[in-house]
Amino acid sequence: MSIKKTIEVTINNERVVREVEPRTHLVDFLREQVGLKGAHLGCEHGVCGACTVRLNGEIVRGCLTLAVQADGGSVDTIEGLSRQGVLKDLQDSFLNHNALQCGFCTPGMLMAAADLVEHNPKADRQQVREAIASNYCRCTGYHAIVDAICSVLSKRNLETVK
Amino acid sequence: MNKPRELTEFGLPPVTEDQRYIGTREPRHGARRLAQGLGTYLDDIMLPRMAHVVFWRSPVAHAKILKIHDSAARKMPGVIGVFNGHDLKKVCKPWVAVLGHLAGMKSAPQHPMALDRACWQGEPVVAVVAESRAQAEDALQVLEVEWEDLPAALNMETALDPKTPVIHPELGDNLCFTRQLDTGGVDEAFAKAHVVAEETFHFGRHTGVTLEPRCQIADYNPAEHKLTVYHAQQAPHMMQDLYSRQFDIPESSIRVICKDVGGSFGIKVHAYPDDFATVALSILLCRPVKFVADRLESFSSDIHAREHRVKGKIAVSKEGEILAFEIDDLTGIGPYSMFPRTSAIEGNQVVNITGGPYKHKQYRANLKVVFLNKTPTCQYRGVGHPIACAVTEGLVDKAARMLNMDPLEIRRRNVIPDDAYPYTAASGIKLEILSHEECIRKLEKFADYQALRAEQAALRKQGIYRGIGISTVIELTNPSAAFYGVGGARIASQDGATARLDPKGGVTVMVSVGEQGQGAEGIYAQIAADAVGVSIDQVKIFTGDTDVTPYGGGTWASRGAGIGGEAVLRAGQALRENILKLASAMLSRDIATLTVREGNVVDSQTEEVLLDFAELGRVGYFRSDTLPAGFTPELTVTRHYVQRDYPFIWTNGVQLSYVEVDPETGLVKLLKHWAVEDCGRVINPMLVDEQMRGAIVQGIGGALYEECLYDENGQLQNGSMADYLVPMAYEMPDIEVSHVETPTRTSLLGAKGAGEAGTAGAPGAIMNAINDALAPLNASVASQPFTPEKILKALGRV
Repeated sequence: MSIKKTIEVTINNERVVREVEPRTHLVDFLREQVGLKGAHLGCEHGVCGACTVRLNGEIVRGCLTLAVQADGGSVDTIEGLSRQGVLKDLQDSFLNHNALQCGFCTPGMLMAAADLVEHNPKADRQQVREAIASNYCRCTGYHAIVDAICSVLSKRNLETVK
Repeated sequence: MNKPRELTEFGLPPVTEDQRYIGTREPRHGARRLAQGLGTYLDDIMLPRMAHVVFWRSPVAHAKILKIHDSAARKMPGVIGVFNGHDLKKVCKPWVAVLGHLAGMKSAPQHPMALDRACWQGEPVVAVVAESRAQAEDALQVLEVEWEDLPAALNMETALDPKTPVIHPELGDNLCFTRQLDTGGVDEAFAKAHVVAEETFHFGRHTGVTLEPRCQIADYNPAEHKLTVYHAQQAPHMMQDLYSRQFDIPESSIRVICKDVGGSFGIKVHAYPDDFATVALSILLCRPVKFVADRLESFSSDIHAREHRVKGKIAVSKEGEILAFEIDDLTGIGPYSMFPRTSAIEGNQVVNITGGPYKHKQYRANLKVVFLNKTPTCQYRGVGHPIACAVTEGLVDKAARMLNMDPLEIRRRNVIPDDAYPYTAASGIKLEILSHEECIRKLEKFADYQALRAEQAALRKQGIYRGIGISTVIELTNPSAAFYGVGGARIASQDGATARLDPKGGVTVMVSVGEQGQGAEGIYAQIAADAVGVSIDQVKIFTGDTDVTPYGGGTWASRGAGIGGEAVLRAGQALRENILKLASAMLSRDIATLTVREGNVVDSQTEEVLLDFAELGRVGYFRSDTLPAGFTPELTVTRHYVQRDYPFIWTNGVQLSYVEVDPETGLVKLLKHWAVEDCGRVINPMLVDEQMRGAIVQGIGGALYEECLYDENGQLQNGSMADYLVPMAYEMPDIEVSHVETPTRTSLLGAKGAGEAGTAGAPGAIMNAINDALAPLNASVASQPFTPEKILKALGRV
């Protein structure tokens, strides 16, 4: 297990160079070697979605992606996306709708929600439910999460109309 | 300005003089860090020299451990040590999980890791400690353990048969606990009944699936003989006490810290063998040791719950009056009763709660709790309520169908009337004050029940099978010492809050009840802001550290709002009094002429601002020389609260589930769900609404999807999230929640608990809705989870 590979990844707009074992998962690399703890490990087999991050603009499961796959690419995590834009709007909406409780699923849920808002801005309530069915939440009844996302969608649609 | 905000949503009078936050939809300010991924969950913490432990767990249900070959594992890179049960026994005493008030209950001594015999698949047997988690897992690959399979007790129906192996021969049999309750007159009631409905209900064993697995870091400091445990836990003081007793460390030398916790639901309120193992390893190695369960470990070692078979019977008169209930409950737990709350509470609750909403006088119950070679079971959200409620409501619906009476009508006729309280139910439980009648009235309008019935009837003509299911719920909250204390378990029923005016005028409150996502810290901030009289952004709540907060019980039995909230209210009001005393001294004015408005001391008549809190803090802390001789400002106060008037404060509510069943596929589509609940004073309706919804969804999980499936050898078949289904957003319905507020009179705040009623009522409502849909096809189901296969079997199609 001593073979290591040097990778260079742009993480939240910062260049990061690290030596990693080829078997290291992207989420373990982010959490343990880079110190970004926002992506969480819920199942480690790609089901729960708590480890969702963006790799080259697409959301991926951090526990099913190897760190070496990010070599030369860019990774965005919840920590880097909280200042402005869709993700910030979603965070505000989640807080105002009590759409997070323990918060463990929330970064992954927000990444999935942001992906939906960006790719399907006209999504209706059932499409929102379908889109976030990639992510487990065990605390809420999903209702408030759906409300929070629909609220962001409708506000953005109103702004587009203006 | 300075007038209490109009609280239009609710009719209750304010509980504080200038109420601005209690009762409002105030967001949880502390949750922003979680939304930004900047919380501190346990696995985020790294300590210097921290080692990582992984466990070799029994791969079979019952085995004699023969030989552990660990020399190869010890030579693996990064390995610090390999330990067996005997190594840990040297520093950790065994425990026996029984409670004194559960007469006759028995269990066997249990150790942090199996000594010579493993009793369930998933019991820890060998610990491998390494510098990194990956290295520990690598070493685990080369560890070899020889074992001999032993015959196992796996079926609760045959657990007491003579030919079934006795798991702990010294106990004599596999019976953990039994209880009989009989009001007398039951046979006579059944004899005179117009209809007697009977059903055998099955409840699948399931588990909590917290998204953050169980985890802890134990950090033993030999120089001070001091133990610090970072823990994802609901009851930090309980753990402090247990570590003190099992490891012979003075209580005051043990600090338990609970930072952000990723969901709990009762899963994280127990003391697990691997908790003690991790602490023992830290003591043996004199360095921090981290344990984080992986998902397979979670499924095989987190407590399971709800494996029950209940034979139930109801006697009803011609007019629809319920005369009696009778149940026989059999439940299979693990090979040990779980420490320290025990595995007998769930069955005991089923006996207490069955029939609970109704005014019948006759009741008979028989409970048997038996040991099995499966994962130990214990309290999981709802604790017995979902079982008792489904049995009760299933029988009520069946009787109503036999009488051709509307399900809402039979409930209306039989619930304990709203003016009958306090009331002692047939099982003996004491109910302070409930509002069944009002909740039912409200539900009928809220869900537009008559329109739903009309729609159902119209669609049925088109071959669409929709069903409406109702469940009436009671929920145990705000427990007194009757729950655990009287039984000898050192689990506090009281809680405390310390409120401090900070020098710049902010208020810090330290509370012994912590946060696992329910919003406890959020409502404490609301209560403290109103009690002291400051803006909520001036309030900081601190929980989850036994070195810092007052002593208390923590989070369980829906007590955070009712008990912890009351302690915060009283501490805040006491601090307000002391602030006014200081102001009185500073201004040389009669205290009766002063009051507080939004961080200022004002003239109580004119509301003219006289002093702000920052000035009070400045003088109180830094210029006490200017105060009258003999006057000492007391700007930190502690208050405690314990509910002593009743064993428990019960809440109530009613749920309605609207479903569509496809008779071709057996699939159940959840169309919508309504809940009317009464948790007394609602401190934050936005939080209570989603608590209810989350709890309902967990109840739906047990009703439709979730089950820990074992094969005939005791092998767990679905130990991954891909195989064990929990509800996800797509198949969940919108859930509408409405409130009735009947405050408890046992506290100033009047809040009861709201955490579990959703889980209590949902399975019964879902079952009744499915059976309502299936009724025209002359089919019904009573075995949870109601999978498509079971529904098709009921329809005779497979």
